[in-house]
Amino acid sequence: MLVQLAWRNIWRNRRRTLITTASILFAVLFATFMESLQKGAWNNTINNVVNFYVGYAQIHLEGYWDERSLDLAFSGEEVTNLARKAPGVQAVVPRLESYALASTGNNTLVATVIGIDPELEDGMTHLSGRLIAGKYLTPEDQTVLLAAGAAKQLELGVGDTLLLIGQGYHGVNAAGKYPITGIVEFATPELNKSMVCLPLVEAQWLYGADGLVTSLALQLPNQRAIQPALHYLDQQLPDETYEVMDWKAMMPDLLEAKALDSAGNIIVYCILYLIIGFGIFGTILMMIKEREYEFGVLIAIGMRRWRLAMVVWLEIIFLGLLGAMAGILCSTPLVYYFRVNPLRFSGDYASALEKFGFEPIFPTEFRLGIFLTQALVVLAITIVLGLFPFRKLKQLEPVAAMRS
Amino acid sequence: MGVIHVEGVSKIYNPDKIPVTALQGVSLTIEAGEFTAIVGPSGSGKTTLLNVIGGLDRPTSGRVAVGGHEITGLSDNELIDFRKEHIGFVFQAYNLIPVLTARENVSFVMLLQNRPAAEREARTQELLAAVGLEDQIDKRPAELSGGQQQRVAVARALAPKPAFILADEPTANLDSHSASNLLDIMARLNEEEGVTFLFSTHDQRVIDRARRVITLVDGAIARDEYRS
Ligand SMILES: Nc1ncnc2c1ncn2[C@@H]1O[C@H](COP(=O)(O)OP(=O)(O)OP(=O)(O)O)[C@@H](O)[C@H]1O
Ligand SMILES: [Mg+2]
Repeated sequence: MLVQLAWRNIWRNRRRTLITTASILFAVLFATFMESLQKGAWNNTINNVVNFYVGYAQIHLEGYWDERSLDLAFSGEEVTNLARKAPGVQAVVPRLESYALASTGNNTLVATVIGIDPELEDGMTHLSGRLIAGKYLTPEDQTVLLAAGAAKQLELGVGDTLLLIGQGYHGVNAAGKYPITGIVEFATPELNKSMVCLPLVEAQWLYGADGLVTSLALQLPNQRAIQPALHYLDQQLPDETYEVMDWKAMMPDLLEAKALDSAGNIIVYCILYLIIGFGIFGTILMMIKEREYEFGVLIAIGMRRWRLAMVVWLEIIFLGLLGAMAGILCSTPLVYYFRVNPLRFSGDYASALEKFGFEPIFPTEFRLGIFLTQALVVLAITIVLGLFPFRKLKQLEPVAAMRS
Repeated sequence: MGVIHVEGVSKIYNPDKIPVTALQGVSLTIEAGEFTAIVGPSGSGKTTLLNVIGGLDRPTSGRVAVGGHEITGLSDNELIDFRKEHIGFVFQAYNLIPVLTARENVSFVMLLQNRPAAEREARTQELLAAVGLEDQIDKRPAELSGGQQQRVAVARALAPKPAFILADEPTANLDSHSASNLLDIMARLNEEEGVTFLFSTHDQRVIDRARRVITLVDGAIARDEYRS
């Protein structure tokens, strides 16, 4: 009966109930949308970098990741065989990575040159899927794939020839002329502006690093597989010789930026919660004020104050629940829509984003946890604010309340 | 000793700021089965006296005993429970919870007493029939006339089987027809069921039906007369 009483009470002032639940609804809607968008953008960025380039984990010679020196290349055969036995590892993808000046005669840029095993690479990063022109590499080719951004800048297309000049293993000269067999589009702007891929054997020949690689990327089924594989390799590989790193260790900047961004959002959430908190509090004050006489009667006829406060508390919880549920109901399709049709920025803002290594696309993350957390936070706020009537009713004197 | 025993009760509001003496040295005894009116000019202390007797307000000095129990020293929660079990209240207006039906309003007090549902249901029917509202049982207060609302309030006040009913100007907001109808019901409950009524009023027609009339002037009993 108390529950029923509370439920009926909230519909006494239908308009106020609707306004209050609507404000909670919008808070939940806004907060879930913002969080989904933000999480989605970061996942997208991390996905782009991790899944399409770095991989979940890599093995290098100790110190390579910091120095990025070709001189820290190593013969990967033995380590490859070992890594294949690590739990969860589906493939070990060899790479020889370095830099070179890419030139056409008129235009020059600094290219990231990466020697790949075309088949293994495709298995892990689906590189062939990024082709927008031409065809993919075979291991024996003496040709290159050029990133779309770089192709545009150098004004080159499929069939044109690219000149690479750089420094090879232990200072030898490295120079080569390669026909372009394909143009690939990378999501990460940085990669898209500089990437040149050629078959591993050809890269080893170019840099004078016969049989050597700079890194072995591990193909793993998912994030959760990282830990066991790394654990196994840490035990099996000699400590001082090799470094085994997961993507978090390789890209601390990315994680840091994500954390910083999340922290910034917390401030926005707090302000948002504060605003709706005040709104709800206003409703509570009005609810108590206009029903003082009735509360006086109820205490007079023998209702304990805490019991009465429970009814009012229930009313406020109902408001919070209604608002939170309506918020989830409205935000679900919205977030889903923007996951299927991501926001896409263009113009100045897009280029600013690209400078920071973001793809200017914002697919929202669609995860139940986000909706639930936001709804629960809002609900928690109402529940806590709803404790105020306990205090107020403790002081309410029926005689005074009924005189007014 | 009567069902209500008031001894030397004084009530001073705002003793620190501008003191208002609402009652001074009131002593009286109400016996079971009385049908008694408290009258007097506005501000003479009628409401204050009823509140003090009902344990809604504490006297500044003096003692109040109900059914032999001294209530003056009870704590706030003890007083609430005491009112719930032993005293029925009817106020001038807005007695009822607007979102509950007549039936639920009457049943509500018994719910607070944790009475079993079957007993609540039966007694509610019986009481609403006693005040002539058996066919208005599922209406909410807003759907009832002022007189009908006051009759529901009387039924609710009776629900816990209190020692007596305190009614502060129960007819003040009613037209004369509804007022006399309410009085008829109260008088019949008094005669047939032996319910003790103590009510305040300004209305001469109501005063005429009381069997004892206590007149307050400036917070003191100026006259106390029995009628035949
Ligand atoms: N809570 C209070 N604070 C201060 N003064 C009060 C309070 N309650 C009553 N009084 C004062 O006490 C006196 C008695 O008031 P009370 O309400 O008992 O009179 P009453 O006889 O019921 O009057 P009425 O016929 O107008 O209802 C009045 O002067 C009133 O102003
Ligand atoms: Mg009065």
